[in-house]
Amino acid sequence: MKLGIIRFPGSNCDDDALDALERVLASAGLGGTIVWHKDHELGAVDGVILPGGFAYGDYLRAGAMAAHSPIMAAVKAFADRGGPVLAICNGFQIACEAGLLEGALARNDSLKFECRDVWLRIEGRPTPFTQAIPAGRVLKMSIAHAQGRYLHPDVDRLEAEGRVVFRYVTADGEAAGAANPNGSQRSIAGVTNAAGNVVGLMPHPERAVEALLGGGGEDGRALFLSALAVKRGEPARISS
Amino acid sequence: MKARVYVTLKEGVLDPQGQAVAKTLGRLGFNEVEGVRIGKYIEVEVGDGSTRERVEEMCKKLLANTVIENFRVEL
Repeated sequence: MKLGIIRFPGSNCDDDALDALERVLASAGLGGTIVWHKDHELGAVDGVILPGGFAYGDYLRAGAMAAHSPIMAAVKAFADRGGPVLAICNGFQIACEAGLLEGALARNDSLKFECRDVWLRIEGRPTPFTQAIPAGRVLKMSIAHAQGRYLHPDVDRLEAEGRVVFRYVTADGEAAGAANPNGSQRSIAGVTNAAGNVVGLMPHPERAVEALLGGGGEDGRALFLSALAVKRGEPARISS
Repeated sequence: MKARVYVTLKEGVLDPQGQAVAKTLGRLGFNEVEGVRIGKYIEVEVGDGSTRERVEEMCKKLLANTVIENFRVEL
């Protein structure tokens, strides 16, 4: 399995994502490849990552310009064919601006750039990046964003369709208001599209793949291992 | 000619920036301030004969995020 990581001008988690894929998937002979935003073809990839950063300096709105980069037509076509897409942080903003995901990410209600560890509960419908993770599992990851307040014009429908796949919770898994770092509606940290193959979240799974670094620990691995398990058609849940 | 585009947050969308500015105006003694909403003003230079419809299309495609923002065009 090879995941294409799109590099926009201003991406800064592209190499982190590549490194995470190599650390987590290399033993299975898999990894990632960087795809330049001006390219028109993704090449032979099994999945796409829209990485974090500040594409186009967040000019106009975070993700607004990157959503119209040449490569995005190929990413949309790939997603329309059911290809798995993981959109992280600025990538999530880009995916919303591009219409790959519904909703929008507004300025944090705290007005601060929130940079800290958070806990996320896995829920909702199955997606390539979550379906091998037991529902209800709480993962620790870090966030680093100024515009992560998720808003959706019909959040009840989104919930009813099981498309909220990550929710900010306390370390104990409680959906308390204090666990919500940015004022997102219903403490939503990540969502999926109607088909369930495009997943976006503000926290950084690629920064939580190495216990040595502390912080999020290794919980982020679960998303990449899930994608691998799904690709291989393995029904087994990730146990650790 | 110049198209003037105003992009504003939809009613009901919390504007923490506006709230912070309102608070500071109050601190400066402008006690009459009851609220502030911050938006964007964009000038687009377009060729003569350009239509409002085209500029509105620009707003829908790029200049505004219609999930959370409204826009108004003067041409």
